[in-house]
Amino acid sequence: MENSIYGYHLPPDISMHGYQIDRLIHIVHYFMVFLFVGWGIFFVYCLIRFRKREGHKASYESSTSKLPKFAEIGIVAFELFLLIGLSFPVWSRYKGDFPSEKDSLTVRIISQQFVWNIHYPGEDGKFGRSDPKLVTDSNPLGVDATDPNAADDVVIQNQFHFPVSKPVVVHLTSKDVIHSFGVPVLRVKQDTIPGMNVPIHFEAKQTGSFEIVCSQLCGVGHTTMKGNIIVEKQEDFDKWYKEQPRPFKQTKAATVGTAKHEG
Amino acid sequence: MSEQHHEDQHGHDEAKHHEDHDHGHHELGFIRKYVFSVDHKVIGIQYAITALCFLFFGFSLMMLMRWQLAFPGKALLPGVFEKITHFIDFFVKGANKIFHGQFFTKGVNGFLHLKIFPIEFSNPIGDGMPGGQMLPEFYNSLGAMHGTIMVFLGVVPLAVGAFGNYVVPLQVGAPDMAFPRMNAASYWTYFVGGCIMLLSFFMPGGAANSGWTSYPPLSDTATMGQTFWLIGMVALITSSLLGSINFIVTIIQLRAKGLSFFRLPFFVWAQFVTSFLLLLAFPPLEAAGVLQLMDRVAGTSFFLPTGLVVSGMPLAVSGGGNPLLWQHLFWFLAHPEVYVLILPAIGIITEIIVNNTRKPLYGYKTIVYAVFFLGFMSFVVWAHHMFMTGMGTTMSNFFQVTTMIISIPSVVILTVLILTLWGASIRFSLPMHFALAFLPMFAIGGLTGLPLGLTASDIYLHDTFYVIGHFHYVVAPGTLFALFAGVYYWYPKATGRMMSSFWGKMHFWLSFLAINCVFFPMLIQGIAGLNRRLADPTVYAHAVAIQNLNVIISVASWVLGSAQLIFICNFFLSIKFGKKVGDNPWQATTLEWATPTPPPHGNFLTEPVVYCGPYEYSVPGEDSDFHPQTVPFNGGADGLLKVSGQHHPAPKD
Repeated sequence: MENSIYGYHLPPDISMHGYQIDRLIHIVHYFMVFLFVGWGIFFVYCLIRFRKREGHKASYESSTSKLPKFAEIGIVAFELFLLIGLSFPVWSRYKGDFPSEKDSLTVRIISQQFVWNIHYPGEDGKFGRSDPKLVTDSNPLGVDATDPNAADDVVIQNQFHFPVSKPVVVHLTSKDVIHSFGVPVLRVKQDTIPGMNVPIHFEAKQTGSFEIVCSQLCGVGHTTMKGNIIVEKQEDFDKWYKEQPRPFKQTKAATVGTAKHEG
Repeated sequence: MSEQHHEDQHGHDEAKHHEDHDHGHHELGFIRKYVFSVDHKVIGIQYAITALCFLFFGFSLMMLMRWQLAFPGKALLPGVFEKITHFIDFFVKGANKIFHGQFFTKGVNGFLHLKIFPIEFSNPIGDGMPGGQMLPEFYNSLGAMHGTIMVFLGVVPLAVGAFGNYVVPLQVGAPDMAFPRMNAASYWTYFVGGCIMLLSFFMPGGAANSGWTSYPPLSDTATMGQTFWLIGMVALITSSLLGSINFIVTIIQLRAKGLSFFRLPFFVWAQFVTSFLLLLAFPPLEAAGVLQLMDRVAGTSFFLPTGLVVSGMPLAVSGGGNPLLWQHLFWFLAHPEVYVLILPAIGIITEIIVNNTRKPLYGYKTIVYAVFFLGFMSFVVWAHHMFMTGMGTTMSNFFQVTTMIISIPSVVILTVLILTLWGASIRFSLPMHFALAFLPMFAIGGLTGLPLGLTASDIYLHDTFYVIGHFHYVVAPGTLFALFAGVYYWYPKATGRMMSSFWGKMHFWLSFLAINCVFFPMLIQGIAGLNRRLADPTVYAHAVAIQNLNVIISVASWVLGSAQLIFICNFFLSIKFGKKVGDNPWQATTLEWATPTPPPHGNFLTEPVVYCGPYEYSVPGEDSDFHPQTVPFNGGADGLLKVSGQHHPAPKD
């Protein structure tokens, strides 16, 4: 099904904010084509009219037409319009205007060579503490199991489930090198940089499964660092969320054991 | 004015001194004359040939990569690659035997192994393309080296090192560069840098494979090739710094009598601004390169934050660094670098267009001011490469505004060039073909920068093939076409013979068609969302949908590569078989055409004196349609005032 939506054009846009980006891309391209064609016609006209031939002499005087000045002023004005009218507002909304925590789903995505780790906070909405020293194969994020907030946390790889028509806030960071969280259909792209935590937000308006592409060269497996977003209806998402294993949920004995160990 | 003349005089004395000095040993041996020469023309030609070789090599890497992109995972000519592997193995094993074997006595072996070269060589083709099938690490390293070689070993040395060296002293009427030995040092440092880059292919793990941008932490933890990349870069940067100071001093101090600043040919202005860009922008990258080298070999953490976990293991580094620091330092160079690539090209184009339109340049001062403004602005746009690093609104708005501003002088330059065509008598000579093609190609390159410079559209287009298409339109059919134009234009000055016009035009039309078939589809791929730097794009559904564009691009790139063979043959065969021409075959006005052909050591037979601006074509009342700078005006000087601004009477000696 997914193949059929792609082609020699912008992929479909399933996000709430994407139409503004698409609009800007379209307007800029109309502007570019207009300029290039207009300019090109003048260029070819000059080449033909002023070609070297019998009886034709070059003139020492230059053109005194005011037209180029007006054209340049026109271009400046249009660029101002692009900036102020179309780019600033979109970027401000993309970078600011974060939805309130209550109405949104907040997750952390921690990239590593060549996997997307998605860390859900669980029902309590709080992420468990994580520490690079605790990283193991089965605990790729090094979540500290002794932290009570971690008990209901969910960590999964590459399959990013979230509900449709609900704002999603993603805190992005990386464990090793710089990756980039790119989802073409969501019109979202953000580098994940080790040592930095960068939040982004978006809202999908359509369900389905789409690709996450790593958009920054991250090593030998870069090309295979593919994830999926799975946009679901709220009830489907809730059902899926509930079914996920909670690896850091501690039985009483285990908690005591760890405490003893630490003591 | 008199003071300036005095300074000019002073410069001349100095240069003359060199000249006399060199004339002292009149019979220079072959080595001193053609290899370790201090003559700017020989150095220029050395730069040109080395850079052209690197350009072809860098392009060959890409032609290999295009196989993988068109037919991912398919083996390319397994039999041939097996033979190549064996062939390279012979040398690799030989070198290893010398450095790491029991070839000499024990003491010498130990010395070679431990002190000279402790690393064992490996076979890049055998490891990277076993049986003709490209591995992703080899793909990454080809990508990184393609970018590095094209930019730092190909285009910059050709545009600045070769054309700057050969043409600038001639156009300012100087006997040589201001510091001839430093000039030779610049070439040989570049040569060493290039050798280190080539050597890096034979390191264990292959050449650098973290992209030409070498973003840490990936590059900090990459294989040995990256260390060599850094050392090579330090050499190349040093070479550029030596060259840039030399150009600045030459242009300021060694101008001929009467050659005031506003009588300089525009090419000299372009090189002047370029030299300032090199001088001011390269040191931060040199510093950054050394810092990254320290991160790799001395255990520092300038670019490594605390708490890195690589392959499941905490990385044993002190931490506390920041990967973004590298990006700022890198792009602080690499954006001005874009203008280092394009300004000399614009300079060449201007010379050729004016010469072939047979009329003065429209708005000489305008284009000079535009190029200065462009140079200045190029220092304050660098972070537009980093919009997706989590930049907030204040900073990104600043940088997208400066990015839009920098488009204005580019538009001005294009306008000046195209308005020069108005009222002209256009000669469609061979260099003019390339020069005219440059204009629309550069226009496409510039225009496609707009959606990338606006943050909102960059969210989608960042790191896609749209970016590749955009900057290649600027650098390949833009700068490279200009450089080809320059080769065809100045070749008769350097050799006394023309390159074949027929084969030159074949080269032009094939290249022009093929190069557009290479880069235009990339813009479409970018719009469709295809990411750059993917060793196997077919992993992604959106890339599969447009995979046949990759096949078209690859075939076009191979056609493009073949078309360059025409150029190579034409270049070398014309030295012997080209049509013989006089000193000024293009009927040009600037000083380089006032020398004998090829210009002897010391360039001018008599010290040139300049009487007018650089582009006095079709002066009213004159019989010939060009008026060389060295010819005094007998009458009709009114028109001249408009162009040069100041018309000196013949200076008295």
